[in-house]
Amino acid sequence: MRIVLDIWRQRSPAEQGKFVRYEVPDVSEHMSFLEMLDVLNARLVEKGEEPVAFDSDCREGICGTCGFMVNGEAHGPLTKSTICQTHMRHFHDGQVLRLEPWRAAAFPIRRDLVVDRSALDRIIVAGGYVSVRTGSAPEANAILVPKPAADRAMEAAACIGCGACVAACPNASAALFTGAKISHLGLLPQGQPERPLRVLAMSAQAAAEGFGHCTSIGECSAVCPAGIQLEVIARMNGDFIRAALSRRDEQEPMATVPRSSPVRARTAERQQKVE
Amino acid sequence: MAVEAPPRPPSTGLAPSHPALDPRIPSGPLGQKWERRKFEMKLVNPANKRRYTIIVVGTGLAGAAAAASLGELGYQVLSFCYQDSARRAHSIAAQGGINAAKNYQNDGDSVERLFYDTVKGGDFRSREANVYRLAEVSANIIDQCAAQGVPFAREYGGALANRSFGGALVSRTFYARGQTGQQLLLGAYQALMRQVAAGQVRMHPRTEMLDLVLVDGKARGIVVRDLVTGAISSYAADAVVLCTGGYGNLFYLSTNARGCNATAIWRAHRHGAFFANPCYTQIHPTCIPRSGEYQSKLTLMSESLRNDGRVWVPRKKGDTRPPDRIPEDERDYYLERIYPTYGNLAPRDISSRAAKHVCDEGRGVGPGGLGVYLDFRDSFERLGRKVLDDRYGNLFEMYERITGDDPHQVPMRIYPAVHYVMGGLWVDYELMSTIPGLFVGGEANFSDHGANRLGASALMQGLADGYFVLPYTIGDYLVRAGRTKVDDTHAAFRDAEATVQARIRSLLDIGGTRSVDHFHRELGNLLWNDCGMARSRQSLQHALAEIPKLREAFWHGLKVTGTGEELNQELERAGRVADYYELGELMCLDALEREESCGAHFRVEHQTEEGEALRDDAHFAHVAAWEWRGPGQRPVRHQEPLAFETVALQARSYK
Repeated sequence: MRIVLDIWRQRSPAEQGKFVRYEVPDVSEHMSFLEMLDVLNARLVEKGEEPVAFDSDCREGICGTCGFMVNGEAHGPLTKSTICQTHMRHFHDGQVLRLEPWRAAAFPIRRDLVVDRSALDRIIVAGGYVSVRTGSAPEANAILVPKPAADRAMEAAACIGCGACVAACPNASAALFTGAKISHLGLLPQGQPERPLRVLAMSAQAAAEGFGHCTSIGECSAVCPAGIQLEVIARMNGDFIRAALSRRDEQEPMATVPRSSPVRARTAERQQKVE
Repeated sequence: MAVEAPPRPPSTGLAPSHPALDPRIPSGPLGQKWERRKFEMKLVNPANKRRYTIIVVGTGLAGAAAAASLGELGYQVLSFCYQDSARRAHSIAAQGGINAAKNYQNDGDSVERLFYDTVKGGDFRSREANVYRLAEVSANIIDQCAAQGVPFAREYGGALANRSFGGALVSRTFYARGQTGQQLLLGAYQALMRQVAAGQVRMHPRTEMLDLVLVDGKARGIVVRDLVTGAISSYAADAVVLCTGGYGNLFYLSTNARGCNATAIWRAHRHGAFFANPCYTQIHPTCIPRSGEYQSKLTLMSESLRNDGRVWVPRKKGDTRPPDRIPEDERDYYLERIYPTYGNLAPRDISSRAAKHVCDEGRGVGPGGLGVYLDFRDSFERLGRKVLDDRYGNLFEMYERITGDDPHQVPMRIYPAVHYVMGGLWVDYELMSTIPGLFVGGEANFSDHGANRLGASALMQGLADGYFVLPYTIGDYLVRAGRTKVDDTHAAFRDAEATVQARIRSLLDIGGTRSVDHFHRELGNLLWNDCGMARSRQSLQHALAEIPKLREAFWHGLKVTGTGEELNQELERAGRVADYYELGELMCLDALEREESCGAHFRVEHQTEEGEALRDDAHFAHVAAWEWRGPGQRPVRHQEPLAFETVALQARSYK
């Protein structure tokens, strides 16, 4: 079949971009979408033109590297699928497809369909982990985890970090991504000690990166290749309210601890009185 | 490169044929070796650890685990990956599970049994001491990962669940749905991000290592290219750790990610790191068959599917009836027939060769007859759809997404594909290569799997190296080597940068007409046909004669568009493929000189009457470690003899 592509071409962040039209006249229905682009690129190279830059790695839907908008839909028309796992049998002869990079202020464009998603890493750096030192773990079965909790944690942990949720959201919010990690760790006993700090730190980082707020539109969940549900955002919000109301580090101490030596403290007290 | 095989090397007794190949195995009984070595190790003063810088290249299970653990210990760690995030390393794609000798199922597992299964699975071509240590620390890995919040599958009582995997009669595989690699990697990645937050690790994503820098014979740094700006720069360190994965992409089509490459280990090899057993490449039996010329990669279907799926082909040749029209007595469940004890769970090398064999007989199914059925019909009847969907739901979905067929309705079609390499840079017991200060972990080294890796053992080895071996052995090296200050202003770095720049320029200047993929596909086809599932003297000599021609064609006909000073994906690939010509040649040469069949290395000249692999322990119970002698020079084959003190060598049987 013949496929017509309008692809966003932008050589560098500093340069202006534009849509350029390409045609692939001999697409097989068994090709994956990215293999179709491989074929286009090989022909561009042979003509001495610059191939289209796009990210991909595992090409089996798990690494989260690939992703762009196809006719306004993140990862294209297939639900619960990355673009690398979308095959051309889902398109028809003569179809015109518009390919654009993820659009979000927090995902600056690098080239063509390639964007910088390091903001997502920095959200994890802010607290998306359990603080356990190598070698200090207890026997694995010493902490039992009810099967439903383990299963639900797994569902939230399935996030591949592709950024489709951000690209699809009119607010460019990273709430689904952040909520998925907070839910994964918050559902497990191992994640409890840091639960309040985690949600506060990760939410603050998401805001600092320039991701928008969640207004419960649900586009994120609709395009999520891992099928993550809005419930993770509700869980994050619940954790956030609880944590914000009981910020432990700002509470009154249970006992006063001398901050300096008692002698110096008394001297300071006397001096204060004199003054 | 000459292709005549030299006369059979005699067995060398127990001394390696090159002094650098001393494996430094601790003395004493097997079960005490690692404890003993840990006690012998010198410790770095805690206050001094921050004065040491360690470079870790790669952020898969081994790399992320090592970088995080070294950061926790207080070293300054520089971590590099070509992906845009450390979380995307290809360990993420491992599906089935991770082995550990926990014996939670009370079915007779133990450290000894995991050790024995792994040595036997590797067809008696691995080092006993390394494998024993791997089995010992396997239990710690599960503890560590569970504590990190890895959502392993659980039983209703809350305890960890297990499943079975190929090559074992006990149930010792831990899993997180069909996404075990993803969850273990995210655990390691999160530990790594925690060290980034603590200021112990500095991350360099989208940065590719293009050369290793030696000063006074020791590994002291690397030269990298920033894949966004194209800038070439250097980083100096007190030790360098390569956890850069395997070289399966040599074959073009494999289950590896598109970006997986051998450049880091190959550059190290050219600087003096010996390359061990390059011919041990594993072909995985259960992958989705290829559908056309344009195919860019092959997708694995987890081996765990063989727990409940039955493998079969029609009894008749050229039977084109749809599978549901083929009655039971006209089906050949060939694995169950030939290997009644292990049945569908026979190890990977054996299952792959059996599939090739029935397809060669003309009984394969699907387009081109290159496929066999993996059928869940009986399990659906026995266990019901819900139970199977719980176990394999995401794999069924993935299969349907790729092929358009629903495995609930029709049997899956599968065919073997290149998946993993057991070969890699030679390392001693402490995972140090023949270059002092250069450590190698995970798939990039050759250490633990012998001639064939068992399922669910790659994740175990990667994490064992990263969490529990490298953090100890590197500290010991740092103390013994003594601290000498070298920074990136040293002349060796300028020289290496100039070499890297020159190579990039030469790739850009070829000015041919074909894209990189064209040449890569050509090389891959040749290697798959001549050095794939079955190898012969003739096919290997053919490959060795053809590779130089293909390399010539590459260096004359390649077209790389754009410049070196920008994001240029064609240029990235060109550099990687250029290295594959040399590595491919070494792989074929190694396969030619290993005049026996063992594990994944199957030489048609060496087989039993029943077509099983025939080892030659008298002449080949050793590691072949290759020394680079310069471009166009024949590399030199050295030997590290393998001593089997605990396990008796025997013919490997799964019948």
